Amino acid sequence: MGTALLVFRLAARDVRRHAAQAVLLVVAIAAATATLTMGIALNGVTSQSPYLTTRAATKGPDVVAYLPSAAEASNLSRASGVAHHSGPFPVASATIRFDGRQADVFAEGRAAAPAAVDQPLVTTGGWVRPGGVVVERTFADALGVSVGDHVSLNGKSFLVAGIAVTAAQSPYPNLCNGTLVGPTPAASKFSSACPPFFNIPVLSLPGGRELSSSDEVGQIWMTEPDAIALGSAADPLTTYVVNLKLSNPGDALAFAYDRFAHASGPGTALFSTWQGLESEDGKLIQDGQGVLQPGAFLLALLAVASVAVLVGRRLSEYARRVGLLKAVGGTPSMVAATFLAENLMLALIAAVAGLAAGWLVAPLITKPGAALIGTAGPPALSPRTVVDVIGLAIVVALAATLVPAIRASRGSTVAALNDVGRPPKRRGALVRISSRLPIPALFGLRLVARRPRRSLLSAANVAVTTTGIVTVIAFHAYADNKVSGSAALTGGGLSNPVVNRDEQMLTIITIMLVTLAALNTLFTTWATVLDARHAAALMQALGAQTRQVSSGLVVAQVLCAIPGAVLGIPLGVGLYKAAVHGGSLPPVSWLAAAALGTLVAMAALTIVPARVGTRHPVAEVLQSETA
Amino acid sequence: MRARLDGSEEDKVSENSPGAPILRARGLRKDYGSGSGLVRAVDEIDLEVAHGEALAIMGPSGCGKSTLLHLLGGLDRPSAGEIWLEGRRVDRLPERGLAHFRRHDVGFVFQAFHLMDELTARENVELPALLGGCSPREARRRARRLLDQVGLSDRAGHLPSALSGGQRQRVAIARALANDPRIVLADEPTGNLDSTATLDVLRLFESLHTAGLTLVVVTHDERIAATANRMIAMRDGVFVDEMRLTGRKTGNLGDLAGLGG
Repeated sequence: MGTALLVFRLAARDVRRHAAQAVLLVVAIAAATATLTMGIALNGVTSQSPYLTTRAATKGPDVVAYLPSAAEASNLSRASGVAHHSGPFPVASATIRFDGRQADVFAEGRAAAPAAVDQPLVTTGGWVRPGGVVVERTFADALGVSVGDHVSLNGKSFLVAGIAVTAAQSPYPNLCNGTLVGPTPAASKFSSACPPFFNIPVLSLPGGRELSSSDEVGQIWMTEPDAIALGSAADPLTTYVVNLKLSNPGDALAFAYDRFAHASGPGTALFSTWQGLESEDGKLIQDGQGVLQPGAFLLALLAVASVAVLVGRRLSEYARRVGLLKAVGGTPSMVAATFLAENLMLALIAAVAGLAAGWLVAPLITKPGAALIGTAGPPALSPRTVVDVIGLAIVVALAATLVPAIRASRGSTVAALNDVGRPPKRRGALVRISSRLPIPALFGLRLVARRPRRSLLSAANVAVTTTGIVTVIAFHAYADNKVSGSAALTGGGLSNPVVNRDEQMLTIITIMLVTLAALNTLFTTWATVLDARHAAALMQALGAQTRQVSSGLVVAQVLCAIPGAVLGIPLGVGLYKAAVHGGSLPPVSWLAAAALGTLVAMAALTIVPARVGTRHPVAEVLQSETA
Repeated sequence: MRARLDGSEEDKVSENSPGAPILRARGLRKDYGSGSGLVRAVDEIDLEVAHGEALAIMGPSGCGKSTLLHLLGGLDRPSAGEIWLEGRRVDRLPERGLAHFRRHDVGFVFQAFHLMDELTARENVELPALLGGCSPREARRRARRLLDQVGLSDRAGHLPSALSGGQRQRVAIARALANDPRIVLADEPTGNLDSTATLDVLRLFESLHTAGLTLVVVTHDERIAATANRMIAMRDGVFVDEMRLTGRKTGNLGDLAGLGG
């Protein structure tokens, strides 16, 4: 007990003495644990609560059916098991234009009076009126319209009377939903997974184009006469929608299957169930998870590098303290325990900070999106999440400190008391090669050869950073293709809320990655500068210019960074391929530019510490090394 | 007590020296700190070193002799005063010029050897030549010659950790000569050596001096000082006495410098 208390007190005092380093260590681990918390927390979060809130507020249907005639729709509303219904309402397809943007929409004709089933909840403005349309909220956001704006529908001008949400539609851009299109024998189309490309003749687009599963179509409501008036001889109104409330909402899927079998021809009926729509709304969050979890993995790797550099630096700085501990009777295990305790204590603090930060930030990324009302609420911190996050922090701390702690405990007491640092490694081949290089390269290459483990850590840092950056670039390219692809179909150029959210999360992850990588670069350079202080002073004493020596320090970092940057490209591509199945890759020149940019940034970051580190008077450094 | 050498003494030194002055310092001063914490490590020192002269500067620890050596060798900049090497003012040289001065005009020998631990003896000696722009082949050739000169050709491939203190210092001396400097500055070159190794280094310095090299040696060791043409005693940042050596030892200089019994 006494030893444990002593170890704790020694560790606590050392943390207090080196508060700045302790804070940096906590920040590095907390960044990884916060991201992991968010990633894990999203596992338990769905948009169920907001969907149910929206469903209750809008009298959401259990089944929505699109059929080719009002008569068929009316028949369906009288089918057994249907408790209430609204419709049939005419559905016209149109091209909407606003402020230079355009998109395809389905315009549903509605009465001014509230419907018994699926009465969209107006969040801004008012309900439909002659000449006035209501725009679904996710679509309004993508199009950029507000109440009071005028939009053009098939060339006719309409006032935006309101913005509304509904539980009868999946949010724009109509992610593939659990929609049943029938009749078709292909079982795959009934699965909840995104179905392959298929046409839906029952909902044709302007110009008679058949709707396909990859089209992104907005939803608006207008008066029935206005909807009917949108049709033309070339583009007649052929679709009616009926919203059904079943006696037993749980039977929605079975009901849809049953009615689906009665449809008159291939693709001539389309059914959506409330369960399918609810699942669609959850896809925003699932997408976020797909971004956060690889991000947490990369951040954890960078955190290991940060901690390893910091710990390595501290060990060489406080070798004398280790010697003193041993000289006054501390056993090797006690020395190792003190060092481990110190870093585990900081890891625990970082884990708690990361858990708190992740838990506080998670609701921002679990927002249900504009399609729904209500909030998903804070994610639950299950004991499993807490254990996982603390486990990550401990693994990060242990991975970086175990070997140095054991090394410190086993080292010579006399050498530690004399503050004899680790002897540099010799790489004869590199020394020979460096003789042929200009002075900065000669010095840089010899520095790399002196500390191969640190060089490896530097390379790993750059590899992880480049991996992250390449992944982000690949995803951005994919997102751009996706948006521009849809714009080609609609002739529009509207923003995609799913892609937007993924990009927001990627931006957060990228900022954290780059910040941590920059900190790592600074730590590593500073550690190299301190370690090479004597060699640098000696080089200057022998006639090297300060600039040549500081350039040598930069060269040392860049030399380590080059293999890391090169390796980061395939790793980033691999991570992207794992996260986005079947996604196309950006041009090779982009990836090469990313790696080159990372190298340049790393070099730029090392300049300041390298210059500061070589500014000490040479005589002073050489004298202090003598003392 | 501050015994600044006056003009007549300077003239006398100049007349008696083996050649014309190669290195000259005027009013050299080095301060550390400021206000009440100001420490004047070197205080208005005037000095001339002649071509081929061996000068020993003696004094107790902390008297400023190492600082003076660092100033003379361009490792540090003076707070005031002038340093001239063969008519060229050195103290005002920009960083680049000072680096060039250290590279080509002076060779340093340190008490702690300051060899690169990861380089062999030969590679350590090659380093200044490489810094001076020599080809790797030429640098190697010079290193071999110099190691041979200091009697370490059989140790050329050894790391410093595999060499004795005396051998390390001989490597350091060979390194100091790599670029054929105008003057060699040695700071307590025998301070970390046992008597046998000290003797080796003494012989080496003597042979260098005989070969005409200009030497300025800061030392506690009267034996190494005795190999010089001239000895200067220093205390509290100033020169307190100066003596030309005749080969006979008086013992007075050591007492004056506070080194006596």
